[in-house]
Amino acid sequence: MKGSLSKVPISKEWDIVGARQTGRNIAKELGFGSVNQARIATTISELARNIYLYTEYGEISFEEVCEKTKVGLKIIATDSGPGIKDISRVMEDGYSTSGGLGAGLPGVKRLMDEFDVESNGDGTKITVIMWLR
Amino acid sequence: MRIPILKLQNYLLVSIQVELDDQTAIEFQEDLLNKIHETGATGVVVDLTSVEIIESFIAKVLGDVVSMAELMGAKVVLTGIQPAVSMTLIDLGIHLKNVKTALDLEQGLIKLKQELEEK
Ligand SMILES: Nc1ncnc2c1ncn2[C@@H]1O[C@H](COP(=O)(O)OP(=O)(O)O)[C@@H](O)[C@H]1O
Ligand SMILES: [Mg+2]
Repeated sequence: MKGSLSKVPISKEWDIVGARQTGRNIAKELGFGSVNQARIATTISELARNIYLYTEYGEISFEEVCEKTKVGLKIIATDSGPGIKDISRVMEDGYSTSGGLGAGLPGVKRLMDEFDVESNGDGTKITVIMWLR
Repeated sequence: MRIPILKLQNYLLVSIQVELDDQTAIEFQEDLLNKIHETGATGVVVDLTSVEIIESFIAKVLGDVVSMAELMGAKVVLTGIQPAVSMTLIDLGIHLKNVKTALDLEQGLIKLKQELEEK
């Protein structure tokens, strides 16, 4: 089991639950413990919900990544939505344009080991990794 | 799927046994408020022992339902939050500071009794 593992389209509310279940199963198979499985599932929920709330369509994909002796799970959330104009703003706790808690993106950054956002007028790509240890 | 709400004397007991999707969470919010209104319950225990994930949306729904119930005059205690769930909530920066919690259903009922007697 190497490289790309799965890709889940996100367009309906129910897809959030589907993506999170897929991700949790992959995390379990890779050998993550129950707390990290919960961190991964929560991350997927937050990213998938943002796609559902702020864009028309997106995808969450899962990859196994290896670096020297480390193995990890990479999760990529991509969408072709309006993009995030002010990335530093959305990374502040409590910032929301939808009356949400604004905890999603800053939370995901704390839940995972690595976090990266790329965004422009054509969409957003958020990449996160958790390493197995 | 709707979450069953049981009445025990002046209390309502809810044990969430399903994976909470948005629809279920929002229906639960409405059902609980209606039930408080119908029964005049003064206390509610919501047991989360079987809940494996609480992300920010569900945390908001739960926090809101607690505030709404309290506006109606019923105290709410959340019980049984799993270790993994409490850790992910803190990572999300969600401290549920205004929400009363207890280890399990039994402790939750004790806490409710104390809260209600103090008044
Ligand atoms: N994929 C996305 N495309 C466009 N905007 C987004 C996207 N994800 C997040 N945002 C913006 O970033 C803000 C903060 O997101 P988040 O931290 O998840 O909090 P919340 O979803 O509770 O508002 C959102 O309110 C929204 O304006
Ligand atoms: Mg969000």
